[in-house]
Amino acid sequence: MSVELELAGRVVGLVRAALGSAAHAEVLVEHNAEALTRFANSAIHQNVAEATTTVRLRLHLDGRSSAGATTITTADGLRTLVDRTVAAARLSPPDPTWPGLTPPTPLHVSAGHPGSGEHSGLDFGFDEATARADPGERAARVRDFVRAAGGLETAGFCRTVYASAAFANSDGHAVEGRTAEAAMDGIARVDGSDGVARLASGRLGDIDGAALGARAAAKARAARNPMELPPGRYEVVLEPEAVADMLGNLAFFGFNGKLFNQRQSFAELDVEQFDPSVTIVDDPLGSRGEPAPGLPFDGEGTPRRTLVLVRDGVTKAVAHDRRSAAEAGTDSTGHAWEESRVWGPIATSTRLEAAPAATEPALPPATEPGPTAESARPLVAHVERGLLITDFWYTRVLDPKSLVITGLTRNGVWLVEDGEVTSAVGNMRFTQSYPQALGIGMVRGIGSESVLLPDRWSGVRFAAPAVHLASWNFTGNASG
Amino acid sequence: MSHFDEAYSAVQAALDAGARYADARIMVRRTESMTARDSDVEDLSSDESAGLGVRALVGSGWGFYAVPDLSDAAARAAGRHAVQIAAASATVPGPPIDLVPAGAGEASWASDCAVDPLSVPLSTKGDLLVGATAAAKAAGADIAEALYRIWDTRKWFVSSDGHRIDQHIRECGAGVWASAIGDGEVQRRSWPSYGGQFGTRGWELIEELDLIANAPRMAEEARALVTAPLCPAGETALILGGEQLALQIHESVGHAIELDRILGWEAAFAGTSWLDLEKLGSLRYGSELMNITIDPRIPGALGSFGYDDEGTPATKRDAVRNGIWVGVLAGRDSAAVAGLDYAGSVRSDGWARLPMVRMTNVGLEPGPHTLDEIVAATDDGVLMETNRSWSIDDRRLNFQFGCEIGYEVKNGRRGRLLRNPTYTGIGPKFWQSMDMLSSETIAWGTPNCGKGQPGQVGHTGHPAAPARFTNVRVGVHG
Repeated sequence: MSVELELAGRVVGLVRAALGSAAHAEVLVEHNAEALTRFANSAIHQNVAEATTTVRLRLHLDGRSSAGATTITTADGLRTLVDRTVAAARLSPPDPTWPGLTPPTPLHVSAGHPGSGEHSGLDFGFDEATARADPGERAARVRDFVRAAGGLETAGFCRTVYASAAFANSDGHAVEGRTAEAAMDGIARVDGSDGVARLASGRLGDIDGAALGARAAAKARAARNPMELPPGRYEVVLEPEAVADMLGNLAFFGFNGKLFNQRQSFAELDVEQFDPSVTIVDDPLGSRGEPAPGLPFDGEGTPRRTLVLVRDGVTKAVAHDRRSAAEAGTDSTGHAWEESRVWGPIATSTRLEAAPAATEPALPPATEPGPTAESARPLVAHVERGLLITDFWYTRVLDPKSLVITGLTRNGVWLVEDGEVTSAVGNMRFTQSYPQALGIGMVRGIGSESVLLPDRWSGVRFAAPAVHLASWNFTGNASG
Repeated sequence: MSHFDEAYSAVQAALDAGARYADARIMVRRTESMTARDSDVEDLSSDESAGLGVRALVGSGWGFYAVPDLSDAAARAAGRHAVQIAAASATVPGPPIDLVPAGAGEASWASDCAVDPLSVPLSTKGDLLVGATAAAKAAGADIAEALYRIWDTRKWFVSSDGHRIDQHIRECGAGVWASAIGDGEVQRRSWPSYGGQFGTRGWELIEELDLIANAPRMAEEARALVTAPLCPAGETALILGGEQLALQIHESVGHAIELDRILGWEAAFAGTSWLDLEKLGSLRYGSELMNITIDPRIPGALGSFGYDDEGTPATKRDAVRNGIWVGVLAGRDSAAVAGLDYAGSVRSDGWARLPMVRMTNVGLEPGPHTLDEIVAATDDGVLMETNRSWSIDDRRLNFQFGCEIGYEVKNGRRGRLLRNPTYTGIGPKFWQSMDMLSSETIAWGTPNCGKGQPGQVGHTGHPAAPARFTNVRVGVHG
């Protein structure tokens, strides 16, 4: 039994001792060890690590609910947590929509779904070396990135995270698991132009600082001397970094069960809302040999599983926790988190399925490093006149229902004419509905390779190929 | 109960392990939040967090380690661990690091608080939020939501420069908002601002907001916006309400004057700044009406404290005076790199996070007008109030904001409602076009300022009043 499961059981026991069977309690204990080595001006300037255990208790007592959390795991700390949460429940207004506890349910783990960890007797791909990574290993990758950039100014981070967690409730449901992840994200800069390279993995050993540094530098060099283009609608090829932003916003505002229930989401189940080439899944257990990005259960103890959000252009599901699922008359999809009752349940491991490789014409390998990601090259070859875009930045929602978003390009934009990159372009502002951009007839191609990309928050990642879209609405440039 | 001894142990252990400077901050924080939706309490959470974060400087390399264990043994181990991390930093070294003086000393400080917000009964708090959402619902909202949040933080800070400072900061705030769902879009109105108003005050702040009385008007305006005409596109005079101007200051001034951004320390994530230190003291940022101060001493404002998280006493400074850029938000190491002699703007969002350059209270000094006078003096323009969306580039130049509500202004009068009002521009050009500024200043609180890796959520204050800007591009739509 893990330390976390023992702690969770102890808190359930404290609630039972205080209140008997009258109280419904659920306890999540998470131990997170996150370490991040950050560099700027080609030197490590911030280098941090923490190891924190958080105990979260949610209670339902006499028709009233409350929640509490503490990082103080001493006997006194746990007793204080229980006392405070019980007192809060007794003073709280009635909670008529309490959805009940998760019944005892086995985890969805199998050989095809790695990452559940040894405590469950299943160890499919959990990487101990990543969990135990030390500051020197992260610094070595930073050093490789800096050197490979060939003298260009560099900045970014290398991160490793180990999480071990357990859940127990007063209905006898108890599960545990652990996960590890690694990520690197960096830019190279020259003459005011930036290039980026980033990668997420369940194994630090997969993170090659030199390869990423070289890629960022090639992009930065190719982005020099940008021209300014007038705003307007352009055909675009979005590289995986930009596509990850689309997936994140679609997950947060579109496939969000709470917003769906409130009719604030564009999502309509079983309606063809996207181009038939679009299939989006949430893969919290990992797939294709990739260790899981997260734990095998959510904050309510619901086992996580693969969830198809869009299949062949048809919206099939949204993410639910127990409360939003009850309101929608369906089952939880395993997307509860500590604030899902406020912000809604969110899919945090979304993947836009890559196109089968056979559907694309083969191209000879690039003769020298350039601006275009390898996975995007076949798509660029089909662009008559459009823009190749590396990354998006500071995207914000103008309207949640239509998911019109404004933001800027970042880390490299190029004009493409007759299938060839012809000039670097300055960053541009856009105002664009994301679902419309991926709508029926708007997707001209999807790359054959998905790239695993980290989010700014650990535990969140995206798998994205490049995409070729018929139109993107640019509403400004560097002049305004 | 004091935690100076444990903080001291962490610092001493770091020094013994080879650090040439070390500091440690212990924080014990209670938080409480409640949300309500459509006359029901949706979520109630009461959390407690306690831990120690220690920072060590070895050569020119920093290391930081944090643990939730406040025992002496854990503190010493954390100090040693921070030194090990700093040693790894030194393998990819930067230039030598100095620290500007921080006024070392022993001190104690607490924010003003008339009514301890944690002492107010939960039933009273629940009644307030349920009542506010019920009032909005009854007035026609499709969705009515309300929240309050409370933070009660005690800090003990010790440094190898001789600091021994404890602080007790209480913050809270609340808001209510109503949404009306139209054909393919959602209209929302918020009181008193997007996400609520927050400050370093007690429950009295929340009572003054009068959520229940203002909720029906929010619902009525949201409903009216559903059928209001779209904000027209074009260049015109733009009048911004104070709450929106607060966010404009936050995004296009506050972040731009962060010295770590100017030095490139945030280049890969938050971004850099268009400001060049060589032009500090001479660059024209805005019109003569633009006077921006950095002032963490404002009573009740959300960015207030007695000492920052490096021990520097709170001090008021000019950032922009008569339109000229004259000051930055700095920390002890960044100030030394820049050749400046002041710090005082470094904070962490908790014991587990590295202190970094953050906004305190960055705000606009009052002008000579009133909002009514500004409207009366405008022949043709748009008035926009209450932020809805914000986006700005990584150099803090090209921005686009959306507001919840707009009004046509014609011949000195406020006219019909306009839906989906947006405006866009380039920072210095925009600020140089400010030709009227109200004296009706409120210190708006922003409790959700994201920065840093791992991410930190900062609390900042922004005194602001309504103002007018000329020839602004409005009505940008998708």
